[in-house]
Amino acid sequence: MTVNVFAGAYIFMLAAFAGWVIIGNVPAILHTPLMSGSNFVHGIVVVGGIFVLLNATNALEQTIGFVAVVLGAGNAAGGYAVTVRMLEMFKSSGEKPHHARRRRAVRHPSKA
Amino acid sequence: MISQIVIAVTGFAAALLFMYGLKRMSSPATAASGIRVAGSGMLAAVLASFLYCFNVEPAAKPHLFVNLGLAIAALAIGGAIAWWSGKTVKMTAMPQMVAIYNGMGGGAAGAIAAVELFGNRASGDIQLVVTLFGALIGAISFSGSLIAWAKLDRILKEPLQFRGQQILNVVIVVAILAVGGSIVVAMSGGPHLLSIPGLICVFFGCALLFGILMTVPIGGADMPVVISIYNACTGIAVGLEGYVLQNPALMIAGMVVGAAGTLLTVLMAKAMNRTIFSVLFKHFGADKKRKRGAIIGSEKPVEASDAAIDMRYAKSVIIVPGYGLAVSQGQQKLYDFVKLLVAAGVSVKFAIHPVAGRMPGQMDVLLAEAGVPYDMIFQLADINDQFETTDVTLVIGANDVVNPAARSDKSSPIYGMPILNADKAKKVYVVKRGQGKGYSGVVNGLFYANNCFMVYGDAAAVLGKMIEAVKGLGSAAA
Repeated sequence: MTVNVFAGAYIFMLAAFAGWVIIGNVPAILHTPLMSGSNFVHGIVVVGGIFVLLNATNALEQTIGFVAVVLGAGNAAGGYAVTVRMLEMFKSSGEKPHHARRRRAVRHPSKA
Repeated sequence: MISQIVIAVTGFAAALLFMYGLKRMSSPATAASGIRVAGSGMLAAVLASFLYCFNVEPAAKPHLFVNLGLAIAALAIGGAIAWWSGKTVKMTAMPQMVAIYNGMGGGAAGAIAAVELFGNRASGDIQLVVTLFGALIGAISFSGSLIAWAKLDRILKEPLQFRGQQILNVVIVVAILAVGGSIVVAMSGGPHLLSIPGLICVFFGCALLFGILMTVPIGGADMPVVISIYNACTGIAVGLEGYVLQNPALMIAGMVVGAAGTLLTVLMAKAMNRTIFSVLFKHFGADKKRKRGAIIGSEKPVEASDAAIDMRYAKSVIIVPGYGLAVSQGQQKLYDFVKLLVAAGVSVKFAIHPVAGRMPGQMDVLLAEAGVPYDMIFQLADINDQFETTDVTLVIGANDVVNPAARSDKSSPIYGMPILNADKAKKVYVVKRGQGKGYSGVVNGLFYANNCFMVYGDAAAVLGKMIEAVKGLGSAAA
């Protein structure tokens, strides 16, 4: 698949608008998970790292490619882990979060 | 051939799932499923990327097995460490972790660019220039994010400012442009002073240095904005390297984040009444020789139990949590205390300033962790009119976001920042560790106001005493 300069510019323009519109609707309460979630999304860079590393032809390229994959994998895995943890905590007053109930039970064993 | 089609289709699906996932994250009800949608796209794209094995360049064929082994090892190492740290980090340390993961992404984009540059793989000048820009932004984001992490983690405590800093920054920018330009000239066969690898090393060195110098003078209060800027930067760097690698999934994901991160940065800066320019170049609290002048009165300390009993018999209470609550891990106790008040018939609301804590929305996350339903939590614009009709405001570990100087004192560095009108309630209790200043280093006139009383101590410890005091009342009445 080849993307020439103009096709690239179109992709960038449309993607930028999409990002702007999608985030424009997010309430302030979700800003931190959202920052973390968008941080996870650019972890896709790991795919580029794998491509570069598989095409490495000497020790220097292998070393830098290895670093790229380690860092990219860290971005993706860490970003996912913290975002899921944050978002699982959001519950409305109708639902009872599991972890809160569990923690209270540990703290007040006499009342359990 | 089939492998290429699979990679292309997976990349398309990943881009689609990322955008759909982010869309679902825009509402608390669907947010948790949104990240899973995006995660499945990521997993598919990473697995499919191993199909590149069937299409490596001829020169790389003899190294394929070593490269494949390295790729799997790197994926396992980076993924496992980050996964483990992401699962175990305390909620209060979340902003630092986001800064680190973001720096890793920027570093990865920079490393990809380095391989392309050292291998002279760019086809044509445009690709070369795009590679260089991606390298520059990625490297700045990498070193800048690490400094932001060090600042948030309190490894670097004071903002580092020195004379001639701005001039040095300008010199480095000029150097980066000059070296970048000479790389382009050298690679298209023109004359050059250093060897091409030498030039590339200098280029990366300058970019990394610039990231550090940009971030060290910025004070802690502006760190949320800075992380958000670097988040957007990493996205743009990834998008640019995606173009170099001819990978539309990277281009779309990177640019969506670049735009989203930019919008988020603008929203955040607006909430603090600062422009992005002033965050980066006019350093917060740089003017340290301010007089304490205008403050009249004294801080009036009271016992935690007295404050608690007063709130128990109030009609309405608004709670303003801040970073001090997060530091002492008092959110669970705070909610236990709130439940006692609610059971006693007090109307309780939480008021969250857009930049409370070290990251926008961090307080929402902490309260959610404690189990506070999100319909009890109100944002600044929705609740600010209600302070005047409220009996008690309880400020816990917050300072700058309730400083009335932002409304009236034109000489204050936080003048013009929208604040929560905590001081307009009939009575204000402030829970605070000591008589120190806020994160911005500005004196808070609220603490000296006639209707304000101070409860000194660690937030969690104070809340423990408050719970006991209210419980004690309950048993006495029964």
